[in-house]
Amino acid sequence: MLVRIAKNLARFIVTFLVATLAVFSLMRVLPGDPAVIAAGENATPEIIAQLAKEFGTDRSLPVQYWEWFSGILRGNFGVSYVTRTDISPLVLDKVQVSLILVVLAMLLALVIAIPLGTLAAVRHRKLSGALISGISQLGIAVPGFLLGIMLVTLVSLRLGWLPANGWTSPGDEFGDFLRRVILPVTALAGVQSAILMRYVRSAVLDVMHEDYLRTARAKGLSPMKALLKHGLRNAAIPVLTVTSVQFAALIIGAVVIERVFVIPGLGSMLLTAVGNRDLLTVQSVVMVLVAITLLINLMVDVLYTILDPRIRAAE
Amino acid sequence: MQRSTTSRRVRGVAVLLLSGLLALTGCTAGSTDKPGASGEKNKLTVALTGEPVNLDFTTTAGAAIPQAMMSNVYEGLVSVDQTGAIKPLLAKNWVTSADNKSYTFTLEQNVKFSNGADFDASDVKFSIDRVKSSAWLNGLKTKMDVVENVEVISPDTVKVNLKRPSQAWLYSMSTLVGAMFDPSGVEDLANKPIGTGPYALESWTRGDSIKLAGRDEYWGSAPGIKNVTLRYFADAIATTNALSSGDVDLVYNMQAPELLSSFQSKPEYQVIEGTSNGEIILSMNNKVAPFNDKRVRQAVMYAIDRKEVRDTAWNGLGTLVGGPVPPTDPYYEDLNDVYPHDPAKAKALLKEAGAENLDITFTVPTRPYATAVAEVVFSQLKDVGINVKIKSAEFPAVWLDEVFNRHDYQMSVVLAVEARDVLTMFNNPDYYIGYDNSKIKAEAALADESDETNYIAGMKNVVRTIVDDAASDTLFIFPNISVAKAGLSGIGANSVTEALSLASIAWS
Repeated sequence: MLVRIAKNLARFIVTFLVATLAVFSLMRVLPGDPAVIAAGENATPEIIAQLAKEFGTDRSLPVQYWEWFSGILRGNFGVSYVTRTDISPLVLDKVQVSLILVVLAMLLALVIAIPLGTLAAVRHRKLSGALISGISQLGIAVPGFLLGIMLVTLVSLRLGWLPANGWTSPGDEFGDFLRRVILPVTALAGVQSAILMRYVRSAVLDVMHEDYLRTARAKGLSPMKALLKHGLRNAAIPVLTVTSVQFAALIIGAVVIERVFVIPGLGSMLLTAVGNRDLLTVQSVVMVLVAITLLINLMVDVLYTILDPRIRAAE
Repeated sequence: MQRSTTSRRVRGVAVLLLSGLLALTGCTAGSTDKPGASGEKNKLTVALTGEPVNLDFTTTAGAAIPQAMMSNVYEGLVSVDQTGAIKPLLAKNWVTSADNKSYTFTLEQNVKFSNGADFDASDVKFSIDRVKSSAWLNGLKTKMDVVENVEVISPDTVKVNLKRPSQAWLYSMSTLVGAMFDPSGVEDLANKPIGTGPYALESWTRGDSIKLAGRDEYWGSAPGIKNVTLRYFADAIATTNALSSGDVDLVYNMQAPELLSSFQSKPEYQVIEGTSNGEIILSMNNKVAPFNDKRVRQAVMYAIDRKEVRDTAWNGLGTLVGGPVPPTDPYYEDLNDVYPHDPAKAKALLKEAGAENLDITFTVPTRPYATAVAEVVFSQLKDVGINVKIKSAEFPAVWLDEVFNRHDYQMSVVLAVEARDVLTMFNNPDYYIGYDNSKIKAEAALADESDETNYIAGMKNVVRTIVDDAASDTLFIFPNISVAKAGLSGIGANSVTEALSLASIAWS
């Protein structure tokens, strides 16, 4: 198990390094110069040159990369020349908002997907099972932002039950936080629960045909009891894999949802920074996203070994 | 046995994950205050689109910074009222010398900056000198080039000597280049603005909102509402949604006229339509083919039905002017008749220029007004035999780079928001429009140096020449639309300065 974790850690570091290079290069290929944007519509060539010098964007690319990268090694993203503030505390602040959103959405998706997916598998020959499958099919087809806009129109504007957008930190006023978090989390969880439901269903279906389940039934357990006692744990492995993959998708999905619901999270920060060609901030936010995704993969890997003794035994 | 240890381990990991998350998200997550209008009389929440990247307009361009900061946090010696007239502000009054080259300002007394420093004549000198120094990196600083020097006569008297008389200079003093700073307050302008205005910055949650608090020690009359939150939204629909669900009290400078109808019919809201300094300019690159031929530019002017453009693209809101001057400027005149809609004449001119079946590229910035306008322009130009290829350019990043800096375009459209910018746009052949200013240069300089009457007459001539030469087509003046709760009063309908002046707003 230790070897496995060490291997994963090595992979984590290499991926992270490659990602820093990729993000850095991509941002330089993008048309649009931060000094030009800061100088705006009254710019003179002298002012643009002076700004570029102040921003440090007139230096060679390896120098710029090294300055940024060595900063990360010291745990500091540096000072954005566009916003003129420290990036690290700002990113940390926004990470919290996005994580609340993503984790709550994932939990909601799992809470919906596991029972419904199991039910759809158990009743796969019955109408109710087919109905659940049908709904999940429909759910996959509706993009999260569209669901978000529909929820705002219906729940906020038509019915006036919940605020249309905005964000309150849970520490400030928990009730208001709840009122504002319901719609975006629902919009984010919608597609995810539909996708997960399908995986739960097929995983449970697979398990149901296994010999050990038949044995359990022969011992006199009811189909449901046999499934709960012996089946679900085995079905959990593929579901866990999908969950970890979908987690990355959720983080990306949150970028758009944050925009729709005007939530000051990483996604909004990223889009604004790209618009301003705030290169350092974009790089830093993307690296945080990369790190979160890699960390989740790492954690899932550990969870595998815990859930399934066979994986441990294989080492 | 095996099972129980494993499940305990699973639970352990889950608890660890969850507690980690809770610790991380704990009490400071987002650290945003509750957005929203509480209905209290001393609170106001304003919805705006486009958050400032930082708060320092001395080094960063963009309309969002002065919109929030000028009039509210910063003040100048003079200000401009809703009709465009210059009024005293930090200067009680001023005397102009006989040769129109010196202005002696008498300052208000008992004025303090929000950091406690006193405002006096030395601050005026400091502020103006600073604009001329390399500390300012805003292109507008050239407005201060005409200043020779500033003399401190006494703590409340200051004399500004100009190199030559300039009618435009005093007006510039009402804009951001005239903002008054204190030497002790310019360390971190991007995050800590310090001015003499009725409000001071209380907090700024990036990506969300700016909070301003009324200052008790403000020298003038206290603002109508003490606690103001400026909330920033990504698009117009989000602003009106927030208004509908009661989170904000006022949507200022609304960018989606098609959303207005739902508010006009409801008594709990008011819709205020005013004018602004922004001209929607259909720019033609005067230096490259085919628009280096005046006849082709004139053909475009005749081909475009500006009324139809405005009515279709912007729901009939906005003022038709025919030239690059908004009605609130002193040298405005109605120039709608210079180029009436006349497709036949357009075709004849194109034929004369040998430019029939013309293919052009139209670079359209990614802004709601631009995409809306582009579709109408596309079809109107097609009617006279100009085939338009629309090319979208991300605004501001790509548009500034391609069109504004590299002049790599044939036709574009942009909202020019700067006040009194006709000379900025057309009296500089190196500007992206590339208008040959040889005909107007001398007259513009002469007008600026003469008295007010001759200034106005001279500028009118200059504008007329620019329009006659079909330098570019001013499609319409952008409307300033505000949607507010019915109980709010004192919202300036017109956006004649770069600021959203908050002090006059109050709950009735």
